Amino acid sequence: MDKTPRTEPRQSWTFSRETNAEIRRAAETGIYDIRGGGSKRRLPHFDDLLFLGASMSRYPLEGYREKCDTSVVLGTRFAKKPIELKIPITIAGMSFGALSGPAKEALGRGASLAGTSTTTGDGGMTEEERGHSEKLVYQYLPSRYGMNPDDLRRADAIEVVVGQGAKPGGGGMLLGQKITERVAGMRDLPIGIDQRSACRHPDWTGPDDLEIKILELREITNWEKPIYIKVGGARPYYDTALAVKAGADVVVLDGMQGGTAATQDVFIENVGQPTLACIRPAVQALQDLGMHRKVQLVVSGGIRNGADVAKALALGADAVSIGTAALIALGDNDPKWEGEYQKLGTTTGAYDDWHEGRDPAGITTQDPELMKRLDPIEGGRRLRNYLNVMTLECQTLARACGKSHVHNLEPEDLCALTMEAAAMTQVPLAGTNWWPGKGGF
Amino acid sequence: MCGIVGLFLKNDALSPRLGDMLTDMLITMTDRGPDSAGIAIYGEGAEGVKVTVQSEAPATDFPGLDTALAAELGVPVTMKVVDTHAVLVVPEAQEAAAVAALEARGLRLMGVGQRMEIYKETGLPKDVAARFGIRAMGGTHGIGHTRMATESAVTTLGAHPFSTAEDQCLVHNGSLSNHNQMRRVLAKEGFHTRTENDTEVGATYISYRIAKGASLGEALEGSLKDLDGFFTFVTGTRDGFGVVRDPIACKPAVLAETEDYVAFASEYRALADLPGIEAAKVWEPEPATVYFWER
Amino acid sequence: MQTIDMGTTELREVNSALQAAAKAQANEEYVIENPRGSHALAVGLDGTLSVRVKGPTGYYTAGMNKLATVTVEGSAGPGVAENMMSGTVVIEGDASQYAGATGRGGLLVIKGNASSRCGISMKGIDIVVHGNIGHMSAFMAQRGTLVVLGDAGDALGDSLYEARLFVRGSVKSLGADCVEKEMRPEHIELLKDLLARAGADAKPEEFKRYGSSRKLYNFNIDHADEY
Repeated sequence: MDKTPRTEPRQSWTFSRETNAEIRRAAETGIYDIRGGGSKRRLPHFDDLLFLGASMSRYPLEGYREKCDTSVVLGTRFAKKPIELKIPITIAGMSFGALSGPAKEALGRGASLAGTSTTTGDGGMTEEERGHSEKLVYQYLPSRYGMNPDDLRRADAIEVVVGQGAKPGGGGMLLGQKITERVAGMRDLPIGIDQRSACRHPDWTGPDDLEIKILELREITNWEKPIYIKVGGARPYYDTALAVKAGADVVVLDGMQGGTAATQDVFIENVGQPTLACIRPAVQALQDLGMHRKVQLVVSGGIRNGADVAKALALGADAVSIGTAALIALGDNDPKWEGEYQKLGTTTGAYDDWHEGRDPAGITTQDPELMKRLDPIEGGRRLRNYLNVMTLECQTLARACGKSHVHNLEPEDLCALTMEAAAMTQVPLAGTNWWPGKGGF
Repeated sequence: MCGIVGLFLKNDALSPRLGDMLTDMLITMTDRGPDSAGIAIYGEGAEGVKVTVQSEAPATDFPGLDTALAAELGVPVTMKVVDTHAVLVVPEAQEAAAVAALEARGLRLMGVGQRMEIYKETGLPKDVAARFGIRAMGGTHGIGHTRMATESAVTTLGAHPFSTAEDQCLVHNGSLSNHNQMRRVLAKEGFHTRTENDTEVGATYISYRIAKGASLGEALEGSLKDLDGFFTFVTGTRDGFGVVRDPIACKPAVLAETEDYVAFASEYRALADLPGIEAAKVWEPEPATVYFWER
Repeated sequence: MQTIDMGTTELREVNSALQAAAKAQANEEYVIENPRGSHALAVGLDGTLSVRVKGPTGYYTAGMNKLATVTVEGSAGPGVAENMMSGTVVIEGDASQYAGATGRGGLLVIKGNASSRCGISMKGIDIVVHGNIGHMSAFMAQRGTLVVLGDAGDALGDSLYEARLFVRGSVKSLGADCVEKEMRPEHIELLKDLLARAGADAKPEEFKRYGSSRKLYNFNIDHADEY
């Protein structure tokens, strides 16, 4: 037997097992990978910021006794009926079609119990959702599936979707498995086809046209409804400024970790900016226009807990929005379904083929049997609990910084753990008064 | 993202009213572009070339500027001051020296031409038009622009029209997607831009092509191949007026023609008060098609 | 009959008056003077009202119309009758781009030409254009009928779903997945009815029918070029 020492078999970093598997999959099928969810790569995030807390130079508020307000009003610029929320956390747009009817109902129940709003998605407004959502934001999307003036007037706010964080500049594709009879009927599509969604609105292009579109929407709804404009995090300074110039009441800014029901993996992982990097430029744009806190900024994309909420507010957001986290609260990717995830060739926490409609948790599906697995009342209770926990966490941090309202958190209450986070947020690196690009040390 | 207006007169009897008509058209386009406004107007020819410059401090920069420049160049110079702008007339042979001398003083070059004068500033179109007295200006043709800035700053230099060669100007509605690459290509050819604005690259591209021997029509045809993104361009030359839209043609554009004029606007609203508009031929320019009128 | 002069009345007042009159379902008639290219005129009407606009309008005229009849004695700007639900909209002049975009029902008649993207993403509306239509018309059209007495521009019916397209004149080019289809008796009947309702002087037999070849309905690698 040869005793010569052998080289350890070495996997390539560049051509990793994961990469090679994807090459083989592409070679076999001829189509790019489509999946749900947001970016899975490691990105600079709110974890890279810490609060300073009060001690000698500032005084904290007493928990549970001294009030720390969490209310937020969205749409104070032009709308006759702004939206008043008890908490600065809203439920992001997710379509009926992508989600089941009971899942939409659960979101409505949970959000209403917690005193916040839900949002429709690319598929129209359902009774499940309108009926159980005290405050409902109606998305106005390029596809206009199910769009009609009655639902427009039944909505509490209108969100014109220009883009989303998972795919700024992209349209969508919902594969045939989920275009059931009801979904097809609502979308005026043939049953079972792959739905191709446009990336631009059919009847306007650019902020100068959008201003006229907003005029039309306001004229149809008697200038009552707040008009939100949702953009994907790409060029947040300019996009925010142009949304304001086009006449928005609220700007919704969705960073790269924001989810999607179905998009090319290459798009999700390679387009857009991390949520953390988007906030500061957007706030700067609002401040430059004298519109900070007058046009509200809602930030979404990877918000998970009260700390994320508090940090987003400290950077200048007025509220945050959650999508993926809300689905997890309902039971998405729950370990109790591990056996079924294994059968689908995946595992708890990694399941992202939401577009295939075989969700063991019964949330991202139109399969009548799977749908039964989600009890909308129990789901609503879980979502309310989760929203309440996030709010309590956010208040805890705000009180520690001496704030009687969470909106009084400011960038100066933060320090950054990494050079990247410091550069992106212009929050000083911990232990310094400096961030990359700033003179002096 | 913006509003464009343009008016090319075929009947000289309307010439005294050119500025008046353009001003109304410009103000109507305020919603499309509240950040800044500008106008290029082709008026009387001068004994030499007109150099239009802008100053942040006209009260200190302009008094005596004509005599100082005359002394520096050793030629006679006349000057007309209009608010923040001054139009200096210098002999054609001294054009380059005059531009260099004026820019060396920190003045911003708006444009150069035998007939063209350019006035542009930040602010609402009605205020911009009023401070320059555009209503009182006569001429053969003119182009105006209201700007909603996309990716470059709201400054005087970022306002349209952009002039990158004598008596040539261009305004744009849309957003170019390969302007940075094109800016580098043009710079290599010796055609430098002064701002980060995408439209200035479009204007410089047209000037570059014309300098290389193309007609305006050929240069506009070339823009369809070489410039990417969304655009409606309206251009002016000493005697001509041209319009082109990109092949996708999403940005709005309306043309109207009568025996007396050709008018362009981003929206019909801006044409609604023109004389005889009820009987005009009104149409939308086709995508990827060059329209051009010459006197 | 009520007359409103937009020379002296703000858009909001005009639309409020029209919306209230429509809601009353009283079959009233309104005449709007001096529209001067105004945007979002007569939008969101929900009831049996007749509106006659004396002159050209801007963007989104009669947007999201339900039940009402809106006639423009002039040309209409971009997105006329966008997302119309029901009722009738008649443009006596030309229509700009996106005419009838995403419309879900009702009848849109354009007596002049329509420019690009006529019937884009339509979802059940019937559109009859007496003149020509521009490029990318009926892009991603899902349901409904587009009838063109004149010619069609480039890329007609690109990425078409189940909308039916009928063109009497020439078609400059067909978009991806759009093909000429056989005219069957039911199509002749459909056309006869629409032409009559649109006041169009043409014979159904003169038209050619275009529809989806349905090759893009489910992804197939051999059609990847068409995406």
